[in-house]
Amino acid sequence: MQVIKIKGSDDTPTIILDAENNIMEISGRSLPEDVASFYEPVLEWLDEYAQSPNEKTILDFKLVYFNTASSKLLLDILLKLEDLSDEGNEVLVRWHYPDDDEDMEEAGEEYADIVDVPFEQISYSLD
Amino acid sequence: MAEIVNRHNFLDFVYDFYLKMKSKDVNLVYEGEITHQITKAFTSLTESKMLREEEPNTVQKKVFHVMVECLQNISKHASQPETASAEKEGKGIFMISKGESEYLVTTGNTIPTEKIDGLRYMLENINNLDKEGLKKLYKQQIREGRLSEKGGAGLGFIDIAKKTGRPLEYHFLTVDKDESFFVLTSSISRK
Repeated sequence: MQVIKIKGSDDTPTIILDAENNIMEISGRSLPEDVASFYEPVLEWLDEYAQSPNEKTILDFKLVYFNTASSKLLLDILLKLEDLSDEGNEVLVRWHYPDDDEDMEEAGEEYADIVDVPFEQISYSLD
Repeated sequence: MAEIVNRHNFLDFVYDFYLKMKSKDVNLVYEGEITHQITKAFTSLTESKMLREEEPNTVQKKVFHVMVECLQNISKHASQPETASAEKEGKGIFMISKGESEYLVTTGNTIPTEKIDGLRYMLENINNLDKEGLKKLYKQQIREGRLSEKGGAGLGFIDIAKKTGRPLEYHFLTVDKDESFFVLTSSISRK
């Protein structure tokens, strides 16, 4: 399966989707000019991945900022993982947040409430 | 002669504007089209200023959040094309000021008068909710809301209220029977 590697910028996140090495990661900042078209390849990749997923799927979110337009697309991504989990696959979302960022921690809790997928909250230090 | 008088008026205006900005602790004022480039420029300008002034990290993040949502509100909602002239679309005024105890982010833009009732209802609803209520509304809106053609998720106001923990201050001024001027001020505590 094709590997997606998008290098982050000051308004777009770094994205790695690599099924063979079992790495799925979205990190950095997300406020792209056109959110829908930015995340389109990610959603398409997940659809393709769902046809023959790995034994265990782990998606790491390590975002420092995302705007509300992005938050909707992040939910779309999580809903795809929920489908995967509903079909009996082992899925885990790891939500990494800076230990001094309550808002980012809360955002993870909110997603965990909305989608029915095992969620792990992990704090890290920026120092 | 007229030109000289006008020039004097203009100089007076500049000085007066400068004094007014200073008296209100305004750091940045902009009038015009709000684009993605403008949003990026203003947020990074403000960010580096806050960093220099050693503003706490949490305050910096909240100011950044509020700025982005306010700027995107203008670019996505200012005078919808079906009722207003294209020249006003996506345009407005943006201001940020830093006081002793808080940052104020203010936007102003024209909207079709017929949208006032809906907007007021939405803002009042948000202002009447406590933290838990806002979380609930946010979760409901993110699930049920659709991304608009311009990429708005209908979450901006809720997010501002959630992040600042303060009510949204808003006013509507009548321009004429079809158009009104919508002013929104969000405050972020520096504590």
